[in-house]
Amino acid sequence: MSRTALAASGRRGLHPGAWWLWAACMAGAASRTTNPILLLLIAGVAVYVVAARRTSAPWSRSIVVFLRLGVIVIVLRVALVVVFGNRLPGHVLFTLPHVPLPSWAAGVSIGGPVTAEAVIGAVVQGLRLAVVLVCFGAANSLASPYRLLRCLPAVLYEAGVAITVSLAFAPELVMAIGDVREARRLRGRPTRGLSGLRGTAVPVLERALDRSLQLASSMDARGYGRRVVVARGVRRWAGAATAVGILVLLAGIYGVLAAGSLPGGGIPFVAVGAALLSAGLATSGRRTNRTRYRPDVWRTPEWLVSASGAVAVGTMVAAGILGVAGVQYGVYPLVLPDLPLLAVVGILVGLVPAWAAPVERTAGRDTAPEPTAGVPVRNDAGPGPAANPEPTMPGVPQLALPGRADAPVALVPVALPGGTVA
Amino acid sequence: MIRFCDVTFTYDGADRPTLDRVDLAVGEGELCVVVGPTGSGKTTLLRAVNGLVPHFTGGRLSGEVLVAGRSTRDFPPRELADVVGMVGQNPAASFVTDMVEDELAYTMENLGLAPDVMRRRVEDALDLLGLHDLRDRPLATLSGGQQQRVAIGAVLTASPRVLVLDEPTSALDPAAAEEVLASLTRLVHDLGLTVLLAEHRLERVLPFADSVVLVPGRGGPLVIGPAAEVMLDSPVAPPLVDLGRLAGWLPLPLSVRDARRQAGPLRLRLEGAAPHPAPPADPDAPVEARLSKVSVRYDRVTALDAVSFEVRTGEVVAVMGRNGSGKSTLLAQLAGVRPPTSGAVEVAGVDPTSLAPRALVARVGLVPQDAGILLYSDSVGAECAAADRDTGLAPGATAAVLERVLPDVPADRHPRDLSEGQRLALALAVVLAPAPPLLLLDEPTRGLDYPGKARLVRLLAELAADGHAVLMATHDVELVAQVATRAVVLAEGEVVADGPARDVVCHSPVFAPQVAKVLAPEPWLTVDEVRGALEVEAVRG
Repeated sequence: MSRTALAASGRRGLHPGAWWLWAACMAGAASRTTNPILLLLIAGVAVYVVAARRTSAPWSRSIVVFLRLGVIVIVLRVALVVVFGNRLPGHVLFTLPHVPLPSWAAGVSIGGPVTAEAVIGAVVQGLRLAVVLVCFGAANSLASPYRLLRCLPAVLYEAGVAITVSLAFAPELVMAIGDVREARRLRGRPTRGLSGLRGTAVPVLERALDRSLQLASSMDARGYGRRVVVARGVRRWAGAATAVGILVLLAGIYGVLAAGSLPGGGIPFVAVGAALLSAGLATSGRRTNRTRYRPDVWRTPEWLVSASGAVAVGTMVAAGILGVAGVQYGVYPLVLPDLPLLAVVGILVGLVPAWAAPVERTAGRDTAPEPTAGVPVRNDAGPGPAANPEPTMPGVPQLALPGRADAPVALVPVALPGGTVA
Repeated sequence: MIRFCDVTFTYDGADRPTLDRVDLAVGEGELCVVVGPTGSGKTTLLRAVNGLVPHFTGGRLSGEVLVAGRSTRDFPPRELADVVGMVGQNPAASFVTDMVEDELAYTMENLGLAPDVMRRRVEDALDLLGLHDLRDRPLATLSGGQQQRVAIGAVLTASPRVLVLDEPTSALDPAAAEEVLASLTRLVHDLGLTVLLAEHRLERVLPFADSVVLVPGRGGPLVIGPAAEVMLDSPVAPPLVDLGRLAGWLPLPLSVRDARRQAGPLRLRLEGAAPHPAPPADPDAPVEARLSKVSVRYDRVTALDAVSFEVRTGEVVAVMGRNGSGKSTLLAQLAGVRPPTSGAVEVAGVDPTSLAPRALVARVGLVPQDAGILLYSDSVGAECAAADRDTGLAPGATAAVLERVLPDVPADRHPRDLSEGQRLALALAVVLAPAPPLLLLDEPTRGLDYPGKARLVRLLAELAADGHAVLMATHDVELVAQVATRAVVLAEGEVVADGPARDVVCHSPVFAPQVAKVLAPEPWLTVDEVRGALEVEAVRG
């Protein structure tokens, strides 16, 4: 399968669902092992794929944030074990002064001997959580959460927009803080310290509120929240079906988890609940007649990427069931962990997206964010009628224009009359 | 197409109506320009067209607004989205999605158009507005002019029958503005789209206008009519109209082409009376600021590329260039906001980034594009007092400067409730109070009406005479013509022209002011120069 053929498949790279599925699988694989080498391998695979396929979009740097977060998690975990942790026997590294606690706090201890086993156990557990975070960060870097929201069914779309707007809010807030701090410097005021903080917060919030109002009016003017008239009875039915569906579904899941509590192991409840819920959502969806512009498509690369994730998590689960030595790592005896070949191969399959996923077409990857923007490239051959064979709606002005190549060009004087040429 | 029947609108808590018994009819396929001083109610008038006034703003509206036969009484803005496209003053604040292509499709998705129709219209809009190269770009990475074009494209794709634009070209460089306006005329001429737009830079839009609505402000009656008639005695007028009035041309020309056809006799009269050449810059004046081979790079973008030049006392330097050519970065360098990637910046012999905030403001003052960002207090008086404290001046010093910049700014008003011109005056006063020898202005005329601009021109000339050095980044060629002694043109971070303002602007088809275009080849720049020459001639004759 040639890379160019794959690259042509998506207009903006891979379907976001495929990226999130792959990342979820890698996170699932991480949660099935406590072997630090395997965990580091998973993190390495995630970072490598991001490095190979990320764009220069603002959100593509978010994996760095998650890497930092992962380090913080490990440090916190170790610190907690050192101060409060259970006193595992073994090689004592150092001893903290013991703080006696009253009898009702039995089970918690402060201070005492800290063993290498306890510290390493804490590092491994922290590492597992950190690797899950890195996988989530990888998904964030590769596909913006907004693109994932675009795939939601119509009825959830409006809630999705609200989430998008709030997601966009955070980076804008950061930019606003930068602007306000610059402005304070220009006024000759301190930008640091307590007074600096107070002087920054109010203008930043003011700007944020301003912007929300402007955005709300723009969304209103652009048709957000248009409704199709649906009979009141239908609306009520849809609401009731959704509510009952959720309840039945929850009861069914309980039945599945707690064996024997419901007839048929709860599975009939799950089926009926899911059916009611989807019928309710579909009916509510009729109230909005939104359509979707160029929905992301699911083709071979998407299958390859999600399959590679599934293989990774599948081998980890299989290795666990088969009891392959080395998937779980114990600190007794304190030796270097084994390297189970099956698990390593399974995780390495997770690298497939680094080649299988198409490179996003531009998204500013190679173009500068501020190119020569002022003078737009003129498309001399206007889209003529021949280029648009679709029937046009009578009475509705269409954007497609008769080809008048000269119209816009003639308005920019090439040189001044009278011979003063640039 | 648009019809206002006896419309009166009062904002909540206001003591007099913003719109008072307005009757207005704009026919199909008309390009109608709304003119008027700042704060006269232009924006309110525009927002009433799709019902944002009063559905969104609150307030009380009587009478009726009809668009394509639908009354805003019965249809909220979202139900009018398919007939009215509205582009606001600040395009960046109106974006809902995060990519250019999605933004163009957003309104159509809400209207429920078929996917193939959406696809075709997005492609057309990309071509029409020259956005093709940007289609996959995140909106956050676009420059101001690009954002404006995306915002226009985003409403055009819904194929509205009425387009309402508030200050569509204020943020654009001259070439991009021409491009946007050319697209608009194309829509009007070929598709019969009705366009209603408000704009302070009348010199840009009047040549395209069919009719003009003059909003005199303070609830005065609207003047509506063909552009050439209304402009005859409009209080706000572009240089071309001023020249036409001075020369007594009838009908009043609104485009450079029409003016040139009537300008023959005037050119003859002016023959031999060459404009007074500006006194050459004093080469011995002390250097106020110096950039030596300054380069600035963000990520992979080079914003400034080995730029070297000096600003001397008494100069008014205009920095021009298209959107994104590095003008704002240049000002930020001189204000010490960021250190350069390489090279050296000196302001009064010191690196400005090394100065503490208080020492900095005594040497260099910067008024950013959005002047309001400099203001934090909740009244004009408190703002002035805070500025006195910040810079260690005697109480009342800033208020005195404000009185000189613009008299009669109400001291108890909140800075956000001031008009654009008043807010700029307040920001200028705050920056000027510590008397920095170097004054930097970023787009100072955005949102200013002609009287406000004339006041700014007088003030800048006075400051230069007082020994300040002024450097301003601007797209406003008429401002450059009136006050700049020197012009610097930037392109892609490099200096491509640097010289006396008259030479630089007259030799560029893009940057030439209207008077120069009409009276070429003689290098007249402003109506005042012509008026002066004619008076001299009248005395002689």
